Amino acid sequence: MILRSILAGCAMISTLTAPVIAAEAEKPKIEVQSAARDLLAAMSTDPYPSTYKVRSAPITAIVGATAHTGTGATISNATLVIENGRITAVGPGIEVPSGATVIDGTGKFVTPGIIDNHSHLGDYAVPAVNANSDGNEATSPNTAEVWAEHSVWPQDPAFLRALAGGVTSMQILPGSANLFGGRSVVVKNVWSRTVQGMKFPGAPYGMKMACGENPKRVYRDRGPATRMGNFAGYRKGWIDALVYQGDWDEFEAKKAAGDKSAKPPKRDLQKETLAAALRGDILVHHHCYRADEMALVMDMAREFGYKVASFHHAVEAYKIADLLAAESVCASMWADWWGFKMEAFDGIEENIPFVHRGGAGCAIVHSDSNVGNQRLNQEAAKSLAAGRRAGLEITDGEAWTWLSLNPAKSLGIEDRVGSLEEGKMADVVLWDGDPFSVYTRAEKVFIDGALTYNRDDPAGQYMSDFELGYVEREGTQ
Amino acid sequence: MKTLRLVITFGALVALTPPTAAEPVAIINGTVHTIGPAGTLQDGTVVFEDGVITAVGTDVRVPEGATIIDAGGAPVTPGLMNSFSYLGLMEVSGERSTVDVTSSNEQFSAAFDVSYGINPDSVLIPVTRVKGITRAVSAPNAGSTIFAGQGAILALGEDGAFSIKPRAAQFLTLGSGGARLAGGSRGASGVFLRQAFNDALYFRDNRRDFREGEARDTVLPPIDLEALLPVLDRSVPLAVWAHRVSDIRQVIALAEDFDVRIILLGAQEAWKIAGELAEAEIAVVADARDNLPTSFESLSADFENVPKLIAAGVKVSFMASGNELPHNSRNITQIAGIAVANGLPWDEALAALTRYPAETWGIAEAYGTLESGKDADIVVWSSDPLELTSFPTHVFIHGTVIDLNDTRQVQLRDRYHDLNSQEPPLGYRQ
Repeated sequence: MILRSILAGCAMISTLTAPVIAAEAEKPKIEVQSAARDLLAAMSTDPYPSTYKVRSAPITAIVGATAHTGTGATISNATLVIENGRITAVGPGIEVPSGATVIDGTGKFVTPGIIDNHSHLGDYAVPAVNANSDGNEATSPNTAEVWAEHSVWPQDPAFLRALAGGVTSMQILPGSANLFGGRSVVVKNVWSRTVQGMKFPGAPYGMKMACGENPKRVYRDRGPATRMGNFAGYRKGWIDALVYQGDWDEFEAKKAAGDKSAKPPKRDLQKETLAAALRGDILVHHHCYRADEMALVMDMAREFGYKVASFHHAVEAYKIADLLAAESVCASMWADWWGFKMEAFDGIEENIPFVHRGGAGCAIVHSDSNVGNQRLNQEAAKSLAAGRRAGLEITDGEAWTWLSLNPAKSLGIEDRVGSLEEGKMADVVLWDGDPFSVYTRAEKVFIDGALTYNRDDPAGQYMSDFELGYVEREGTQ
Repeated sequence: MKTLRLVITFGALVALTPPTAAEPVAIINGTVHTIGPAGTLQDGTVVFEDGVITAVGTDVRVPEGATIIDAGGAPVTPGLMNSFSYLGLMEVSGERSTVDVTSSNEQFSAAFDVSYGINPDSVLIPVTRVKGITRAVSAPNAGSTIFAGQGAILALGEDGAFSIKPRAAQFLTLGSGGARLAGGSRGASGVFLRQAFNDALYFRDNRRDFREGEARDTVLPPIDLEALLPVLDRSVPLAVWAHRVSDIRQVIALAEDFDVRIILLGAQEAWKIAGELAEAEIAVVADARDNLPTSFESLSADFENVPKLIAAGVKVSFMASGNELPHNSRNITQIAGIAVANGLPWDEALAALTRYPAETWGIAEAYGTLESGKDADIVVWSSDPLELTSFPTHVFIHGTVIDLNDTRQVQLRDRYHDLNSQEPPLGYRQ
């Protein structure tokens, strides 16, 4: 509104007044425009910042457990030390610091927290009533302007179930109705009144794209109605983003050269997200099932100079495991879902291990489900077993890379989480047995070193606001 | 591949000449979970011939000329049963032309009969049976009224070992889904349901009036009323979707008022009234993963549902619901394992995959335990059948060996196993 009134005022002055008066009249105009420019500059940074705070916790040592470190290694009889929210030591024969709270891990397993890089918790919350359907802005094939965090309901009861399954971080994505679905948000799985209180500090944004059947079905009447229409839509979006980026670059160059008359281009949220994706500041997560489509998307990424962080669902990734490995593109997959639509018909149980292939590829177990995310370790176990039966040699430790370090890589946070390494955030799960057994459950879950879930302490387990008055569960708050 | 008989002994691959149908097979050295009165037998032997089990025990003479499979101590169980699937009725869920589970035809509903649509050549069936699932309920989905129609029970072999028991149960949707189908309220679905049963009894007793056009109005057409009669004379069960405690109590009342045999489907809040269900002898088909308040009728969904129901004496069988339906009908072993992790005794979990569904769905005479005289649906496992890393080493259905590599998924796997292969079809790699 401010900008519009300035323009209107400007037009009146230029037609009705003498130049000398106009010059005087321009003075306030420039000031307002500077203010607008300042506002635009400020707006472009981090308008909904994370307010997540690490909870204080005692120095903790888990002693005697088997550790899958997430790097591919497994350490028997390990000691893990957590201090000030960070992992300070891990290995055999580590000295327990004096004053530490010691947890006996004998017969148990300790792992990095599971990172689910494909979640819709909070944007498709339960109960799955119409009012809670906030995941797909299915109003246009290109809605790069929407941000998933504006849909996430922190009271989704599914967050707490995922926590009991050992999920400590997740990427919450918009749905897959659109070619460009919008920005994702990476959160820590902590109890908070606000989504800002969950946001993973400093995690880059992601952007959701979608291949194949979903967009062409949703937009059949207005287009895209075909896979070729999908690609035309992607390319138009990227070209518009390049033009937009060029306009801003030109403006910045003029400004840097001291050109005070340079006007900033009108900010466009849609193109802003797309341009950031092209620059690599926002990571591209592309829902894509078929091998041939993924290969085309990788060519398109070269065409426009960006990189796909991960394909999602990628049911046919096994057919192009070599191409994915060559491009260092991750594939985020289910263990065994298949057949629910044509592009999922060729799913096989060996998809994840075939992408992994001795560590050549970046394989990720994802959920896309508030049921599956409660046991991603079990899903990995099924894939591991299928891979071994197909003759691949994969250790249990390697398989854990699918659950923490590889998803962390796909989210650009692998320097902070995803493995049990000195200096990393202490997002840690203690399992009451082998986490690749169906009988094993998470016993304790630590997020940044704070005990956030404890199976043995029902009094410390929370229910969401929604469940109050409906659900009686002994001991829960 | 389909006609080649391959029997894999534990740890070794042995190709056998195709035996005649009458040739006996003996599985020796097994940890035989009979799920019957004999319990679990160490070093047990199971002998079958002509598709039927002829001997089970620890002191069984192996017949001369029998094909011998040495289980090497591994578990041997009855073939497992999935108690709610769309197997044979749905190839690609999103492609309506491949889906036969439901109908929008408003001329009838309870009479709908899945058996006309069952496709024994569905690629889902081999994918399921190689995981040790040898039987499945193939169910309809409600379309035009709360009555979904008549489901079937399948034996998941091929050729002679594939069988259909048609019209094995009537399916009914209550709860919010039923309310929607009945016009938007439970007040409507409840009245409609009871009137339909009263109409069926009226139809049974006044057929001539219907023939002569003198019958009073009924809420369902005669063809549907006819289909409800086997429910009302207890010859087939009524399988009812309901989750909310109040809905389940309505089902219990219905069972009492009309003396029908009920199987409760889903039943996410059933644990809260487990004792009432046990007393009413109502069986339950559940998915042990259900623990989310997915709707306002499953707010108390809890991992303890199945363990608490079985502890109270309710007969529970397993299904793989939601996104697993029907392509991952195979995952009922994982689901049973999850129930065990949440307190269900392991033996009960195995019973809920075999004997309980056999009894629930009315096929216990021929299936559900390893006992002489029963169909030879038998699985030898690499290890604990419920464990994620376990797999069947041998599957027999009606005594016929299943080729465990004969699935579309295995064919895809083998085609793309070696991406450097110069062999067609990957010889051209661009």
